[in-house]
Amino acid sequence: MKLLVSLLLCLCIPLAWATEANAPKLDIGKGGQCVRDPQWMRKNHMHLLIHQRDEAVRKGIRDEQISLKNCVECHASLKDDSVIAREDSFCAGCHRYEAVKIDCFECHASKRRVALVNKDEK
Amino acid sequence: MSDHDTQRRQFLKTSLGAAAVAIAPGMLLFDTAHGKTEADSSKVRWGMLIDTAQCKTGCNDCVTACNKENGLSGGTLPTDSQWMRKIDIKDISSGRETSLPMMCQHCEEPPCVDVCPTGASFKRADGIVLVDRHRCIGCRYCMMACPYKARSFVHEPLHDQKPDVPRGKGTVESCTLCVHRVDKGQQPACAQACPNKAILFGNLNDANSEIAQKLRSVASVQIRADMQLNPGIRYQGL
Repeated sequence: MKLLVSLLLCLCIPLAWATEANAPKLDIGKGGQCVRDPQWMRKNHMHLLIHQRDEAVRKGIRDEQISLKNCVECHASLKDDSVIAREDSFCAGCHRYEAVKIDCFECHASKRRVALVNKDEK
Repeated sequence: MSDHDTQRRQFLKTSLGAAAVAIAPGMLLFDTAHGKTEADSSKVRWGMLIDTAQCKTGCNDCVTACNKENGLSGGTLPTDSQWMRKIDIKDISSGRETSLPMMCQHCEEPPCVDVCPTGASFKRADGIVLVDRHRCIGCRYCMMACPYKARSFVHEPLHDQKPDVPRGKGTVESCTLCVHRVDKGQQPACAQACPNKAILFGNLNDANSEIAQKLRSVASVQIRADMQLNPGIRYQGL
């Protein structure tokens, strides 16, 4: 009985942390996990991106897996192919909730490649 | 020790055990992402040899290809970005006319890098001169320093940039020698697009490369060689 209670406790505490009452509901696009688990990514994605950007720009080491382009490719909405277009878009939703200004997409493409290619052909 | 204490101790022990079991699978997720590509190396120096005899007056295919590849508007106003432009020159005494493409010459001693106050303008180990727009503050000293007028400033907000070519308002930009294509082992867009194969792209440091062999066998010049910047773009027939 006690074992059960303690197990339940251990499982419930992280669950409670993970599902905060007002956490934004995001449109995660295709979703899936390719780099690390979602909780780790929520906390640390900016460090990966900054590391990758310096390596890629300055040294030409292009690790596709952790590139911003690759993030957008999977996490852009399936409806509008964007990570910032709507309130619940993958990047914009969380950044609005946390009140952190995101300026990546002033220069970088915020839409998945397919959408941009289609636009070019029109 | 009271029975209560033992029970409490037991409870804490089992809790810790259960916590360890719950966390253990999480630890396995801390696997590092491995980079597959290597850093650019100074054994390579990318360059071009442009045969002006093959470059036709009025042909603009390299410029069009550059604009399409990099998502440029193609406008030619002073406020439009032009990474590459065609120039027609005429020798007044003989009347000989020549046409040639002009862009960033990817100097070995780039003046744009010397003057940049933030270190945004830099030269990669393989000789490609780039602007790191994460550090660029848009002061435009590099545009003034460049003897080839190769750089442009982005004046207006941009939308729908190419995924491989990020560009943005408030930063300086220029020909990147299509670095995103070169890193994939492809040729720059202009070299591929030229109908007369007037642009030969390759590794200047590799004695066996086509470009190095051609540079050995034909006369070529660097533009404004007197400034001793040693540009990576060479011209034949000027």
